[in-house]
Amino acid sequence: MNIVVLVKQVPDSGSERALDSSDNTVARASADNVINEMDEYAVEEALTVKESQGGEVTVLTVGPAGATDAIRKALSMGADKAVHVTDDAIHGSCAVQTSAVIAAALSQLEYDLVICGAESTDGQVSVMPALLSERLGVPHLSGARKLTVDGTSLKVERQTDGGFWALEAQTPAIVSTWDTINEPRYPSFKGIMAAKKKPVTTLSLADLGVDAGSVGLASATSQVLDFAGRPPKGEGVKVTDEGDGAEKLVGYLAAQKIV
Amino acid sequence: MAEVLVLVEVAPDGSGVRKTTLEALTAARVLGEPSAVVLGAPGTAASVKDALAEYGAAKVYVGESDDIDAYLVAPKAEVLAQLVADRSPAAVVIPSTPEGKEIAGRLAIKTGSGFLTDVTDIAADGTATQVAFAGATVVHSKVTTGTPIYTLRGNSVTPEPAAGAAEEETVTVAVSDAAKQTRVVDRVVEQKSDRPELTEASIIVSGGRGVASAENFSVIEGLADSLGAAVGASRAAVDSGFYPHSFQVGQTGKTVSPQLYIAVGISGAIQHRAGMQTSKTIVAVNKDPEAPIFELADFGVVGDLNTVVPAATEQITARARA
Ligand SMILES: Cc1cc2nc3c(=O)[nH]c(=O)nc-3n(C[C@H](O)[C@H](O)[C@H](O)COP(=O)(O)OP(=O)(O)OC[C@H]3O[C@@H](n4cnc5c(N)ncnc54)[C@H](O)[C@@H]3O)c2cc1C
Ligand SMILES: Nc1ncnc2c1ncn2[C@@H]1O[C@H](COP(=O)(O)O)[C@@H](O)[C@H]1O
Repeated sequence: MNIVVLVKQVPDSGSERALDSSDNTVARASADNVINEMDEYAVEEALTVKESQGGEVTVLTVGPAGATDAIRKALSMGADKAVHVTDDAIHGSCAVQTSAVIAAALSQLEYDLVICGAESTDGQVSVMPALLSERLGVPHLSGARKLTVDGTSLKVERQTDGGFWALEAQTPAIVSTWDTINEPRYPSFKGIMAAKKKPVTTLSLADLGVDAGSVGLASATSQVLDFAGRPPKGEGVKVTDEGDGAEKLVGYLAAQKIV
Repeated sequence: MAEVLVLVEVAPDGSGVRKTTLEALTAARVLGEPSAVVLGAPGTAASVKDALAEYGAAKVYVGESDDIDAYLVAPKAEVLAQLVADRSPAAVVIPSTPEGKEIAGRLAIKTGSGFLTDVTDIAADGTATQVAFAGATVVHSKVTTGTPIYTLRGNSVTPEPAAGAAEEETVTVAVSDAAKQTRVVDRVVEQKSDRPELTEASIIVSGGRGVASAENFSVIEGLADSLGAAVGASRAAVDSGFYPHSFQVGQTGKTVSPQLYIAVGISGAIQHRAGMQTSKTIVAVNKDPEAPIFELADFGVVGDLNTVVPAATEQITARARA
């Protein structure tokens, strides 16, 4: 089974993140960039499927030249090889445009199963898998808290508010994972060493036959006009409980007319 | 006046529309005259029409078919795309649920449009407000191509009634084979709560790892009940088995924006903040004075939740009786 796992490199959600004031895109150069943490669940699931079904796991990412860290992480967890689509023209693309690039790359690869994360922590649009499903005409099983593969049959438990929906489809298909699906493994030392020798193919837009004018900030389908730090909340009050903590808390709620 | 399509979110238990629909109808009014779109199994529209009229829907497009229920998301996107082609609306507004976002994305591809997810406000010129980076940055964005598609974040707009004719129009649903690839074979409800629904509650009391056990969550429930609040939980509390997943607040749980959010025994990790940072008032109880949650809190108590919370619950209950 050919499994492609989609990973994205994003600014670390635990670090200071910002937009670049020159063009209102995510400031990637100055950020502490890591693999999108939600994509680790996707990689883990891809490896689990490979272990039960056999086959190969290919990592696919679309991103700047520096996005190799995310690829290395996925390879050191155990993926077999990687495809990195990078081209300066892609900078500033919206999700609709990026989906065209990823779809073009997927069309060149042979895949039975594409596994994605639920959301990238920088853009937080959580629609990429749906966009790809629409473009490629293959089914999407979304929000998987459980995936069962049996030959060409796929079963997914889609995480919902108070339970799950049982979904079924046939390969080729796209599955997006929720963080309830598994516990991502840590790369072993051996895995990290092995990753250094695994093949990473770099592709440009020309290699994919995608017109450079169709991507990038200038032709994006939506644009960020301006941004600002969220106005700081007024300095909060902090009290230490000395037997009167509850009273002060209730006093605050009363002052706010909540009780 | 321009027409704006609003996709209706119907409560799964058949109790009518979700509040998110009323919010979307309200937000859509600045762009034009809202028309509601009800998509579901036969019989879906009956329970929602009155609410749609009350919140200003000029028209109600009803597309009912068993196919919409039997297959995931894609049929809804297809019917909506057909309506966009027929009606050329000024915009489409969809509640920002996981399903709503998937529909928005598919609709964008089908109609050659741009979309903006999780908007908290829409201005008359179509500019939308979004919060980025777990609420730390406020962004203004605009769709520049095709029919603007927005998904509206819950609890960011206050629903305001406005009379609408709610003139019903049946939409023919002919789902293509392409949209019938992911079958929904079962819908399983594992947990139900008698407390207010998290995303609709005006007060939420959430417990974290600091609550220490499933039994001790009664402390959180006690405070919640004294305030008529919903109960939430951090992922650490969920992962530890203290409380079910459906109550998780945060990046991979629910996004909430209540009037009051009380975080008890929660450190305030970025993934937790992502789901609650836009709450109007935030109160925290934590024994660690350095816990990051205090950076967000309008009012914080440094103390042991096991003494502070039960005492507060008692005082609130006493006040209510007085
Ligand atoms: C992909 C991904 C998605 C995630 N999604 C979410 C999400 O949706 N929601 C979420 O919440 N987290 C999420 N997380 C997890 C997040 O990173 C944190 O691990 C989690 O929020 C921590 O929960 P906590 O604050 O309850 O626990 P901790 O960080 O362990 O904090 C417990 C707090 O309780 C306090 N405490 C302990 N005992 C007492 C006492 N007796 N009285 C008072 N205070 C006490 C401690 O001082 C501490 O501050 C996600 C993580 C990842 C990687
Ligand atoms: N540029 C990208 N390259 C590879 N995969 C991506 C990219 N953007 C998004 N994805 C995948 O799509 C998922 C959802 O992302 P998003 O729709 O951006 O929130 C992520 O978890 C990734 O698996």
